[in-house]
Formats: sequence, C-alpha cells, structure tokens
Amino acid sequence: MRVLLRNPTRQLDLPGPIAVSVLLERLEVNRESVLVIVDGTLVTGDTSLDDTATVEVRPVISGGAQ
Amino acid sequence: MKCRSCRAPAVIDVRRHNAGFCHACFVRHCREQVQRSIKAFDMIRPGERVLVAVSGGKDSLALWDILLDTGIATDGLYLGLGIGEYSDESGRYARAYAARRGARLVEVDLPATFGYDIPTGSAAARRAPCSACGLSKRHLFNQAGLEGGYDVVATGHNLDDEAAVLFGNVLRWDLAYLGRQYPVLPAGEGFVRKIKPLVRLSERETAAYCVLQGIDYIVDECPMSAGNRHLGYKEALNEIEARSPGSKAAFYFGFLDRVAPMVAGVAEEERQALHECPGCGAPTVSDVCAFCKLVERAGGHL
Repeated sequence: MRVLLRNPTRQLDLPGPIAVSVLLERLEVNRESVLVIVDGTLVTGDTSLDDTATVEVRPVISGGAQ
Repeated sequence: MKCRSCRAPAVIDVRRHNAGFCHACFVRHCREQVQRSIKAFDMIRPGERVLVAVSGGKDSLALWDILLDTGIATDGLYLGLGIGEYSDESGRYARAYAARRGARLVEVDLPATFGYDIPTGSAAARRAPCSACGLSKRHLFNQAGLEGGYDVVATGHNLDDEAAVLFGNVLRWDLAYLGRQYPVLPAGEGFVRKIKPLVRLSERETAAYCVLQGIDYIVDECPMSAGNRHLGYKEALNEIEARSPGSKAAFYFGFLDRVAPMVAGVAEEERQALHECPGCGAPTVSDVCAFCKLVERAGGHL
C-alpha cells in the first residue's frame, strides 16, 4: 500500500494487509494527533488496509498564536 | 467498529467517549457539543449578531459551518497576516467556504492597513512571530466586532488549544492568565464578548467534521509556528491522552469547574485597572496598548 505522510510530505510503500492502529504504531504516530483517510473516506483504528490501498495520514495538530 | 448511536459502520472513533460514530451521528455529535457549550456558558443569546474569526483552517471553518447550520446569524472575519503563500492559500479557503454558503466574509489586511506583516513585523518588533500574530488577532478581532456592531466574536479554539494553554499557564502558575482562561470573556467598556464554542471538541474531531462535510481547509501548518511552545504542550498532552483517553477533557473541565472560580478575582482586579489607550482607544493597563506599540515598532518595514 502507499502511505502519504506530511510534515515533511513523503510517501512510503508498505505491505498489507494491516490494521490502521497497527500501521500508526509502526509509523510511531500518535493516533490522537492524526486522521487516517482512505480514498477520501475516514477510517477507524480497527479497519484493515489491503495491499492496494492509498492511505493518507493527516496531522490535525495546529496552532501557534493564541 | 459500529456507531454508538445507530450501529451502522463507524467512520471515526473518539476514544475519549469510548465510542465510534457513523457520518450522520458524528455530525450530530459535533453540533450537540457546540450547542451544549453555547448553553452552558450563555455564549449567544437569541437575536445576537455573531462574527466568526475564520482563518481558513479546520477549526474556524467547522465552527462557522456548525453555527450557520444551527441557524445563528453569523458573518465571517478573515485577517490577512501577510505570511506569504500560506496566507494566500488560507484566504482562498476562507473565501471559497463563504461563497459556497452564501455567507458574508469581512476581510482586514494587516500589511495594507497597518504597514506590517507577521514575518517582518515580528522581527522588527523583536517579538516571537506567534506572539505578534496572537496580539494582532486579539486586537483586530475585537476592533472588527465593535466597529461592525456585533454582539459576539467567536473563535475556533478547541479542547486541545485550551488544554495546551492551561498546561502552559499551570507550568508557570500564571494567575493573571489563569483568571482570564474561560470559554466566555464578557463584553465591557471597549470589549465585545468573546466566545469559544468548540471547547468540547478536540481538533481531531473538528478535522474529521471538515473531512466528512466536504469542507476544504488548509491542512499545512503555519510555517511561522515551527518550534512553538504550545505545539510542544499539545504533543505532551496527546502522549498522556493516548495512554489515558479523556485526560485532556478532565484536565480542562476540572479547571473550569473547580479552579477557575478561585482565580476569577485576579481577572476582575485587572479589568478594574483598564483605561483607554491614547492611540487607538482600546482598553489597556499600560500607558499605550500593546498593539499600538507593535504597530509603532513594526509598521513601515514592508
């Protein structure tokens, strides 16, 4: 599967199938700080991602000025 | 995972609520959380005009969307900060959303109006960019609210924002800031009422709301915020949240319930000391307000 990451923007090719929660653990990404989007649709942590999926791991933390 | 409400397949899990939601139930959940905040803190009264500060990011666009869908009369306010392509892009998202909803967007351009942008102005004034940005926003949101005759200015501060600010204030035991940290700041002489209706939603929830509702927003982080202290606080709190879901909400709402009443007097003492800035008329405790000092140092550096 192709995994799209940001900050910095990059792509990884990883083998599937794999659960979203396991993918995030492997990427060492805190699940509280991202959304996982597959083909424009949000998916939950227990979703199994197959080998052909294109997966966006989108950070949600923003801020600076208060 | 199934939706907690209707048992349809869930599209998002919110571990703080130990729940999954389908699209429709999640949107309803977000609206209910906002309405609950508005009611609990008496944020908006019937017939009041609301100005929503819109940055083009997920939080402010989600807030505007929810308020419009709730039937609350709102206009948007976009502040051009002059942060290069980032500001150009964020402005495009704000305008596109306003056009899509047929909503009015008021625009104020910092460089054109005050002669500085955040990158050059903060350097000239020897302030951190986020400090100069926050100061400019607070002043200009209030000014736009007063000049436009609005009753309320609403901002998209979410649970993560408020928990991170609280964390920083507690680390320093800054009683003056703690006394002012509340989802509603009342109107007063020279102040429009300011509200934060998203305090019951995390930023993961506001981002999910935008994705599900097809609201395009600027995903990239502001280039000036790299290394910002609050981002570090958010990361630390998310580490705790991952191990113990609900910790951020317990931290913030515990403060509001049990500590805010104890420090409210500090903020009231500060309000008593306010007088008009001779430069712009805004309330200040100093000889000249911080915004006028910033404009004096930063203006004319473009």
